[in-house]
Amino acid sequence: MKIRIISRDIARNISLSGAAAIALLAAIPGHAQDARTTAIAIMKRDFHAKGIAGMDRLDQDALQVVCNRSNNHPPKAIADRLEQDQAESIKYPADGKLLGDWKAGEKIAQNGRGMTWKDKPGQAAGGGCYNCHQIGPNEISFGDVGPSLYRLGKIRGEGPAMQKYVYAKIYDSKAANLCSAMPRFGHSGALTEAQIKDLVALLLDPHSPVNQ
Amino acid sequence: MKRTLILSAAMLAVAAMSNQHAIAQAGKSAKKPAAAAAKSKQAAEFEQFHEELEQDNPAELFELKGEELWKAKRGPKHASLEQCDLGLGPGVVKGAYVQMPRYFADVGQVMDPERRILHCMVTLQGFRQADLAKQPFSTPDQTPDQVSLVAYVAAQSRGMKIAVPQTNAQEREAYAVGREIFNYRAGPYDFSCATCHGQKGLRIRSQQLPDLASKEQAINGYQGWPGYRLTGGLMHTLQWRMNDCFRQQRFPEPGYASETITDLLTYLAVNADGHVYKGPGIKR
Repeated sequence: MKIRIISRDIARNISLSGAAAIALLAAIPGHAQDARTTAIAIMKRDFHAKGIAGMDRLDQDALQVVCNRSNNHPPKAIADRLEQDQAESIKYPADGKLLGDWKAGEKIAQNGRGMTWKDKPGQAAGGGCYNCHQIGPNEISFGDVGPSLYRLGKIRGEGPAMQKYVYAKIYDSKAANLCSAMPRFGHSGALTEAQIKDLVALLLDPHSPVNQ
Repeated sequence: MKRTLILSAAMLAVAAMSNQHAIAQAGKSAKKPAAAAAKSKQAAEFEQFHEELEQDNPAELFELKGEELWKAKRGPKHASLEQCDLGLGPGVVKGAYVQMPRYFADVGQVMDPERRILHCMVTLQGFRQADLAKQPFSTPDQTPDQVSLVAYVAAQSRGMKIAVPQTNAQEREAYAVGREIFNYRAGPYDFSCATCHGQKGLRIRSQQLPDLASKEQAINGYQGWPGYRLTGGLMHTLQWRMNDCFRQQRFPEPGYASETITDLLTYLAVNADGHVYKGPGIKR
């Protein structure tokens, strides 16, 4: 990958805002970039807004640009900086309480709806967690794009530090892994603070079937 | 159509039973990490079930309907589609489906099968593109004519190898752009096609996901389309499949029969090159 020619020292010494990171990556010439530019222009011409899915969704944010241009393998210095930006944008509950209701959490984990052009504005979305993760012992139709979360609290602990870690993961998975396949549920506004707390409870509450 | 209803009812019942069986199977393995042997047994059973379904596939009814529509004098120009050039010369339908998308000199564009059929309906029969695009996908109330026509054309390539040409600059450009569209992450969930279909062996819920970027598995995305879908009991083409993928990707809606879809289908078909196409299929 040509990106590697960027000297690590230079990258470290520049205070990389998202825009600077893009500028660095944009300097890389290549045929792939021509096809990408064409692809974006064609999509912007061919798509139309439908329901809640507006045309602005075709625009990339800084993180998406970096992941797209680096084929999801950004240079470390850029990834570190952008992950930090993501981490700093996470909003934690004002009262510091991170454990919600695990029963509500299970429903959110089951529900894969939300954010598509068929979904109504204002309608609560689900997390669709079972699409990609094993979670509770009673749901055997689960995907494996992400790791199994069964017995997460039992295995990794249920204390405040772990609660904060899980809350952050759901709110913005990209804070720890810039080009993760997992959506940023809090950052995108797909899930509310209360819903994320319910999911933290599903995964960590000792009473949740996940940890029985 | 009565036969269709009976068929789909029977198949849904079988599907439900098979599903329960799968649940029982998976339930056993959920206690321990799923044993590879149990997994492959389950996959083999599903494969067998799928083959049984294909022997009495309602898609055939749409092939027959499509053939009637192809040969009938229709539209403002009161003409049939028998002079339609699908890339192998006017009137040649056999083998055309597995050799599209391809470049068509008369329009100076790469076109996929459905887009080319629409082009013929417009130029030969006098239909209006805008009318054909108004309700392009099957609903419980109606199956658009072009869906049946695609089924007919696709059936005339049954048992043939996918051999999509990459001989001129436009065809190669369509592939290169299609690959970029496939890998383009955007939207509120940061999804691209590749997020789910860019790696081997992944599963969403209990659905296996083919790696459409690979030479081995891209055929899995092509095979079975156009297809009769058990969910909803509707006949759909790859145009619909791409549309519904973008919906789940949380993107806005792609234009029907647009260049975006042609490019994406070029990427898919070229990746699937050399594999035998089995004709219109059946989907869960």
